[in-house]
Amino acid sequence: MKRIRFWGTRGSLPVALTAPVVRDKIVAALRGASGRTFGSNADIESYVDGLAFAEVGTYGGHTACVEIETGEPEYVICDLGSGARPFGQAALARHGPQSPQTYHIFMSHVHWDHIMGLPFFAPAYIPGNRVRIYGSHPWLESALRRQQDEPSFPVDFSFLKADIEFVHLVPDKPHEVAGMKVTTMLQRHAGDSYGYRFEANGRSIIYTTDSEHKLDDPMETESYVAFFRNADVVIFDAMYSLADAISVRADWGHSSNVVGVELCQMAGAKHLCLFHHEPAYSDQAIDAVLTDTRRLEEITRSGTPLKVSAAYDGMEIEL
Amino acid sequence: MVETSSRQFADVVVAAPVGRVDHHSVGELETALLPLVKTAGDGKGVLVLDFAGVDYISSVGLRILMIAAKELRAAGAKIAVANLQPIVAEIFAISRFDRVLGVFPTVRDAIGQFSPAGLVAFDGARPPAAQ
Repeated sequence: MKRIRFWGTRGSLPVALTAPVVRDKIVAALRGASGRTFGSNADIESYVDGLAFAEVGTYGGHTACVEIETGEPEYVICDLGSGARPFGQAALARHGPQSPQTYHIFMSHVHWDHIMGLPFFAPAYIPGNRVRIYGSHPWLESALRRQQDEPSFPVDFSFLKADIEFVHLVPDKPHEVAGMKVTTMLQRHAGDSYGYRFEANGRSIIYTTDSEHKLDDPMETESYVAFFRNADVVIFDAMYSLADAISVRADWGHSSNVVGVELCQMAGAKHLCLFHHEPAYSDQAIDAVLTDTRRLEEITRSGTPLKVSAAYDGMEIEL
Repeated sequence: MVETSSRQFADVVVAAPVGRVDHHSVGELETALLPLVKTAGDGKGVLVLDFAGVDYISSVGLRILMIAAKELRAAGAKIAVANLQPIVAEIFAISRFDRVLGVFPTVRDAIGQFSPAGLVAFDGARPPAAQ
């Protein structure tokens, strides 16, 4: 495994920057530039690159879709949120429509925000492409077919002309796919969700989204710690604050940055990547969560530092 | 290990846990708080948690506080936290618990917010120099 690339990082619902928000970013950038002179484009770019991420950039608004570059020619992605559309476009732009490719797609579950990208995933419409969709839910195939039924969508699943196959993964049992060892684990979420552990060449990635980690049952906590053990990267559902996750949003099936830090510290993981951002959060709000999380890691650290990042659409993590 | 002592001032119960509240010790805090929550709840009074002796609290510890708060509020009683050490205060802020539980600089401030009778009893129980 060489790299993780994020195509969609929001939870629940896609969101987009609005004109007033873009205006605020421009105003803030110009305010910061007041009194400066820029002699070249390089000067301008240097200034922009020095601005805070929330000022000059955005965490983005596509729902869950994460690519794992394995170093092999076959593509590996997690979930088919709306981020699957730009991922598919990029793959086609890279290879062209006449060059058949294989796509391995691992599904955490089939809630709407995690499947809505499939009808817009262009490679699935092209004959010759191989699409393998993996998951542990018995209703995985029926859920994906159903979302393209009339009257919900005008293009029936039968129009997807790629060679599509659904592969059931038995939880807790390692499977060999695309040169990786892949293990799934049942998670607490309405209708169940499954976390993934991907391992290859001494590297490991955990993809755990839409999972409510309560940590109130020591046996359950220990099983998650074992699943996360020594992971290089943990992509973690940190949608809510801890206070919300155990009060007004208890049993909504999501976790917090605080629990993410605790589990990663107990497991000896190296990098916690906050994911499945609350759609109501602004870029500044996600920035604040990231700053808070880094501080929490710092004040509770007892061993090797845990790197903390917040995923954004387009972000890459080198392994 | 967490040891919890308690005192009562009129309708106010002050609980003072001491130690590190994590997934190993949270059961001790939970057991200690159970009768105190009942006492405060039955009297529609106030439970004040004096955290001067708590140097760390994890998410499972905060969960116990949330459960206590729900029970007390359902019974028509109140809960407050006071005397947070700096690290614990940061954990409250990062977890946003400072937005769902009343956090006060001192136990006296917490009692004074909710119970005049409790404040009189609290002040009366302290030596003059301490007031």
